[in-house]
Amino acid sequence: MKNPLDSLWGTVIAGLVLTVVLYVFANNFLIGG
Amino acid sequence: MEYSMGIFRWVHFMAGVMWIGLLYYFNFVQVAGLKAAAADGTATGISKHIAPRALLYFRWSAVVTWLAGAALLGPRFVPAFTLQPEAAFIGIGAWLGTIMLFNVWVLIWPNQKKILGMVSASDDEKNKARRVAFLASRTNTMLSIPMLFFMGAGVHGF
Repeated sequence: MKNPLDSLWGTVIAGLVLTVVLYVFANNFLIGG
Repeated sequence: MEYSMGIFRWVHFMAGVMWIGLLYYFNFVQVAGLKAAAADGTATGISKHIAPRALLYFRWSAVVTWLAGAALLGPRFVPAFTLQPEAAFIGIGAWLGTIMLFNVWVLIWPNQKKILGMVSASDDEKNKARRVAFLASRTNTMLSIPMLFFMGAGVHGF
């Protein structure tokens, strides 16, 4: 599998996905937990 | 106290704009620009005159951003870094910024010194350094996206 960081848009999309993952994690396990 | 917080916020923003601005310059402009310049034999100007200056402001603005951010957190420093519920969002932003600062000084800068010939390295070492510095820089670009979201959300809510 190709490393998404080799592509600029792969990097941006990975950053957006990570934002959503961290947001759900924070709301469920840090703030709401 | 209020005045000092205002100054810390101002410095944090200015240094942060310089740090992330140069990070985006490297990733969105210089990587592709150097590749094109290498193809027509004009890369030396960039790697000799532009990249070292950009890296100088890049690595020191990272330090200033982190220090001003730590000062701005003040008594919320420990709650933020221990991800307490009342400081969870700003804490995630602070951790992401800290990881990015680590990447700048431990992975990007030492490897860039080899790539730019500031320290001696064999061709094999330079190739490895190029890959590590590239991936660390791309990792920071990726991390900057949630970092900026959580910094903003930590202060203004979402």
